Amino acid sequence: MSNVPNDLRYTTSHEWVRDNGDGTVTIGITDHAQALLGDLVFVETPEIGASFEQGDACAVVESVKAASDVYAPLAGEVVEANPDLADSPELVNSDPYGAGWIFQMKVEDAEMAMAGLMDADAYQASIEED
Amino acid sequence: MTQRTALFDNHLAAGARMVDFAGWEMPIHYGSQVEEHHQVRRDAGMFDVSHMTVLDLDGPDSRDYLRRLLANDVARLKTPGKALYSCMLNEQGGVIDDLITYWLGGDRYRIVVNAATREKDLAWMRERLQGFDARLTERDDLAMIAVQGPNARERAATVLGKAAEPALALSPFQGVELEDGLFVARTGYTGEDGFEILLPTGRAGALWEALRQAGVQPAGLGARDTLRLEAGMNLYGQDMDETVTPLESGLGWTVAWAPEDRDFIGRAALQTQRAVGGLRRFVGLVLEARGVPRAGQRVILPEGGEGEITSGSFSPTLQRGIALARVPADTGERVEVEIRSKRLPARVVKPAFVRHGKSLID
Repeated sequence: MSNVPNDLRYTTSHEWVRDNGDGTVTIGITDHAQALLGDLVFVETPEIGASFEQGDACAVVESVKAASDVYAPLAGEVVEANPDLADSPELVNSDPYGAGWIFQMKVEDAEMAMAGLMDADAYQASIEED
Repeated sequence: MTQRTALFDNHLAAGARMVDFAGWEMPIHYGSQVEEHHQVRRDAGMFDVSHMTVLDLDGPDSRDYLRRLLANDVARLKTPGKALYSCMLNEQGGVIDDLITYWLGGDRYRIVVNAATREKDLAWMRERLQGFDARLTERDDLAMIAVQGPNARERAATVLGKAAEPALALSPFQGVELEDGLFVARTGYTGEDGFEILLPTGRAGALWEALRQAGVQPAGLGARDTLRLEAGMNLYGQDMDETVTPLESGLGWTVAWAPEDRDFIGRAALQTQRAVGGLRRFVGLVLEARGVPRAGQRVILPEGGEGEITSGSFSPTLQRGIALARVPADTGERVEVEIRSKRLPARVVKPAFVRHGKSLID
């Protein structure tokens, strides 16, 4: 059974988004996604300063099995990328909502933008359909 | 309708993630494929390989039949129990399957073929039986457990009872038939020492649990694939199939050319191919940048010319991307691999990356 924290928002492509309350959001992939991928061996984080539209491919998570794109859940500019993932990609497996975060973005009107994403219940329902 | 092995419930109890593999519900991993990989390289792990097809052959013409059917020569088997790895070719020299044949003594042989090729193999083998006084029997009553790793034989011996002594006495690539349908061979598909144990399906669960008690951890098909790739062992359907010959698949060593009058199926085609020359090479690649090569990706030579990756993965032992590839005859030491629209540098090596826990590439 996947862990789906209530305080986060989600996308159909299995990213999670946390509102940091300061105009930035933190983004990672869900517990469900990491379990499907299996052991991660590389994470390619986006460049700091890069801007993305919602739905753009902006990072890559690669497991022993396959490489997958991570999509920008919202439009915005990358302000941080998790430096620990270069040496420890397995953090995404062991702690997907904590130490395994992938990047942070500055988003215009984060609260409003977040409202357009799925809440925990909706995401849970979507992965149960799979 | 997928099939289940005798160990299905044991896999679920061990927390396996099950996937469909060639029509069988098999464990891909039990939590972490990479951990299972390391467990086999460093200690001992076990795989349920009961989905593989076990065939027994007997009859006065069984030896002559196999000498016609297989590109390698069973006449090389001088002691009972000895195993031979071979390709089974079509008339064009294409690989129908790769398999292991054990000579059980007298006119009896045991053949283990791939699960994914079962039906076409059986059809081909039965058709070729015409004119030979020999009989093929499917042994679906047997389960197979591969116990692999530096401590695998020792650990397995502690649960084999009376069979321990003859099992430990086996030399590499040798098997032995024991009482009550037990068969133990010192073979495997990981590049580590170990046993492959065949036994009646009804007793497989008990052996599996006894091995777990003895410290042998279950490992899934995911780890099996990265282990065999590190060991430079081919996977049928990926590294070779009916469209290529063993000579372009790194398996020339398994073709027994002598004696010249042994007319095995595919021989004429291989001889022609060898005479024409210009054969593509089958090589190993070590990626020199971050990334993971995958089957189907292009290999690009510095002077132009292209090859293709047939198997690729991240190597848990070497902590970098490795691959098997079929490349042009004139390929040198350096190539590029096109991974997700980027060209990354790779070094060409002999296709064996790790043996007995040690890197072979530095």
